[in-house]
Amino acid sequence: MDGLDDIVEEFLVESHENLDQLDTDLVALEQEPDSRERLSSIFRTIHTIKGTSGFLAFNRLEEVTHVGENMLSRLRDGVLSLTPERTSVLLLMVDTVRSLLTSIETTGGEGSVDVSAVVAAISAAMEDTPAPVAPAPVPAAAAEPAAAAEPTAPAAAVVEAVVEAAVEVAVEDVPDLYDETHDDVHHEDAHDDAHEDAHGEAPAAGAPVAGAGAPRSDAQGGAQRRAVADSTIRVDVDLLDSLMLLVGELVLTRNQIVQYVGRSTDTDLVRASQRLNLIASELQEGVMKTRMQPIDHIWSKLPRVVRDLGIQCGKTVRLEMEGKDTELDKTLLEAVKDPLTHLVRNGVDHGIESPERRRAAGKNAEGVLTLRAKHESGQVVVEVADDGAGIDAGRLGAKAVERGLVTAEQLSRMGPQDVLQMIFLPGFSTAAAVTNVSGRGVGMDVVKTNIEAIGGTIEVESEPGRGTVCRLRIPLTLAIVPALTVECAGDRYAIPQISLQELVSLDAEKAANAVEEVGGAPVYRLRGELLPLVRLTDVLGLTSDRHDGHVVIAVLRSEGRRFGLVVDRVINTEEIVVKAVGGQLKAIGLYSGATVLGDGTVALILDVQALARRALRTETAERQESREAAAARSVAAEGERQRMLLAAIGEGRRVAIPLDTVTRLEQVRAESVERVGNREVVQYRGAILPIVRLDRHLGAYGTSDREVLEVIVYSDHGRSVAIVVEEILDIVDGGAAVRSDIDDLGLLGSAVLGDRVTELLDVRAAILAADPAFYAADHTPASSLLEV
Amino acid sequence: MTTPTDTPPRATSGQLATFRLDGDLYGVEVEHVQEVLRSQGLTRVPLAPPAVAGLINLRGQVVTAIELRERLGRPPRPAGTDAVVIVVRLHGEAVSLLVDSIADVVDVDAGDFETPPDTLDGQARELIRGAYKLDGQLLLALDVQKAVGA
Repeated sequence: MDGLDDIVEEFLVESHENLDQLDTDLVALEQEPDSRERLSSIFRTIHTIKGTSGFLAFNRLEEVTHVGENMLSRLRDGVLSLTPERTSVLLLMVDTVRSLLTSIETTGGEGSVDVSAVVAAISAAMEDTPAPVAPAPVPAAAAEPAAAAEPTAPAAAVVEAVVEAAVEVAVEDVPDLYDETHDDVHHEDAHDDAHEDAHGEAPAAGAPVAGAGAPRSDAQGGAQRRAVADSTIRVDVDLLDSLMLLVGELVLTRNQIVQYVGRSTDTDLVRASQRLNLIASELQEGVMKTRMQPIDHIWSKLPRVVRDLGIQCGKTVRLEMEGKDTELDKTLLEAVKDPLTHLVRNGVDHGIESPERRRAAGKNAEGVLTLRAKHESGQVVVEVADDGAGIDAGRLGAKAVERGLVTAEQLSRMGPQDVLQMIFLPGFSTAAAVTNVSGRGVGMDVVKTNIEAIGGTIEVESEPGRGTVCRLRIPLTLAIVPALTVECAGDRYAIPQISLQELVSLDAEKAANAVEEVGGAPVYRLRGELLPLVRLTDVLGLTSDRHDGHVVIAVLRSEGRRFGLVVDRVINTEEIVVKAVGGQLKAIGLYSGATVLGDGTVALILDVQALARRALRTETAERQESREAAAARSVAAEGERQRMLLAAIGEGRRVAIPLDTVTRLEQVRAESVERVGNREVVQYRGAILPIVRLDRHLGAYGTSDREVLEVIVYSDHGRSVAIVVEEILDIVDGGAAVRSDIDDLGLLGSAVLGDRVTELLDVRAAILAADPAFYAADHTPASSLLEV
Repeated sequence: MTTPTDTPPRATSGQLATFRLDGDLYGVEVEHVQEVLRSQGLTRVPLAPPAVAGLINLRGQVVTAIELRERLGRPPRPAGTDAVVIVVRLHGEAVSLLVDSIADVVDVDAGDFETPPDTLDGQARELIRGAYKLDGQLLLALDVQKAVGA
């Protein structure tokens, strides 16, 4: 019953409104009986009610509207003319419909409302023809009702046939009319009041139900239930838009006032401004809520899409939805509808395998496509996940090379995550065959463009054999976004919070140590993970005005990758109102818009995606190029020039480890080290990580009573080992190293690095000491990047 | 919008709002001009074309400011002198032009119109529809569409 409740409720709301319109229309019709437009509108309304009541099994309602519709269709086609008597019975019909609806609303059923009298009255009024105008009995001629104006004795069955035909014609007409009115509605962007014209014509089209499905006032403690039709109103979206705009301005003004008052000592003023602050926030929230709709509005169409597509592709697919109630702005909802549908189609078409292949892979023959939506730190995350074959990064890369989208050399430099993101390149499709579903190479890039156009982001994750997840991050609303304001070279810029992960501030002393150079590119070691740094001043071609050596890093996320944006200062987090910028500025491709800050100055909003693409790609490419060059040289001349990680292992000994074999640097609590047989292991990210203590491995004896162990993690082909050192000292360039050969166990030799003799670790031996099976699992060279 | 875009320069009568720039008198059709403001705080836009002087806050709206001196290939405005901002509205979008000073609104007659003088160099020539011969001086009619299309 619950599911039906919603439908009935919506039906009631809609019908009540339509009936009010009908009263007006019918009375107006008496003044101008020839207005086909009005008649068509009335006809459509009744027809809609008839259709829905039939569907909801309100038989008496259907009966009344059916005869009413008969009469209206004949009036509309000019077979009958409108007399005051006919108007009266039509109004009577409207009254009956209304009382039926009231009964449905209060009791859930049609109750005891008697309809036979009205039906008889309408039938009588139809036959009570003073002029010889009655329908022709020939069904063939009925297709052209206008031509069928021949006087005949009206037999009930015949009337029925003609009317049915007429209804069909009318139904075909309706879409056209709807289209027209739709156009009207759309063209109202220019804030004119044209919608008033559309109002009378299209009661069903265009305007959405404000807060549809929300206010179901449950009768509590015997309180009188508010009539459904009275508890909601339809509001023009334009009106909401302009309200939103005003609220945006209010928020700006609020920010200004709060900023001023912050410097004031007048307690009354401070209190008043606090109240203003609170009210403005609540108002903003309220107005935003009026535009919110559950994502189910666009999801509800997807089961059908999945079913049809599944049949078409010969696949059985179950669609699961989590977080249907997640709400987001109507405009955004509309904007993600097509991209989402595309992703779902993609998931069924490309993602999920045929039942045979699924069975062969040991999976359930029925594929599962999961839609997930949730709120996460001021944004909506929507995931489309399939449990299909996943994306084969190798094939994807090969395809990209074949299409000329990247060169083989570029490909070899890409990480697996980067390779996956290539599906968003224009002109890319991995479908072996072009089907009429997908595979034409348009799509994913369009999806991405559309999502980015609304300030969202998209990323894809895939595990071969396990499935693919496309993750959309969408702002809650377009107009007002929370943002971080930063300063760079004297100007302020806004960074949408949607991309921001954290902030790191380093004082001069720390920055000097923590910001390192890897192949000429600055990186920061953020909890052991190397974070590429991009200086905003470099990107913008400006000179920083910060000379005290402090480094402020905004850790940003774009397309599944993290990077640190170095700015001069962090100013504030505030809600900003996004203003469009002119074409010239859009073309720069670094700014997604501009905003007016609390003090009235204009600040540019950085487009983090574009920024990452612009700064990171070139930078990582450069970096990887140099790293690769270094690796190539090292192969040629046995590490003649290589970046080395220097570590102390106790007893004053220093060991150098080639940096390209280092995956991560971690710290592990000594007490978390466990023993398996005679080996030491530690639990790390859900896996067991074998440990080799370098001091013991190399016959040095460091202080073993440390609480925290410095660990160098080396990973390859899904296996990792941890190399424990006493202290991580530095990253140096192994360039001018002079080495002497010492034939010691576990060492390749020694060199002078940083003015001191340093031992060169035989990484392979060290790893084998920790995990003798490390290289046995896979013999492919370690440089293969196509697997995680 | 009654704006001549790709049509060849043609003589039109009407009113031009005039302004001075590096000693010359220019005019734009009065119907394009929304308002004239004193010098405003500009937010610079890194990497923007050189003619984009920055962004101004026009009562909550963000409007791009075009430096007409740069656009017309004139030397930069001398230090210490403030620009005047002419806000023009084209296709519903407001754009502002930075000029030296604002002058009168002038009635022009199509009979006084001539195509741009040959002495105008390439860059400026594109943006000038032609010249009206006024008493004692020339009034250069600016093609606003092209001028803001930096």
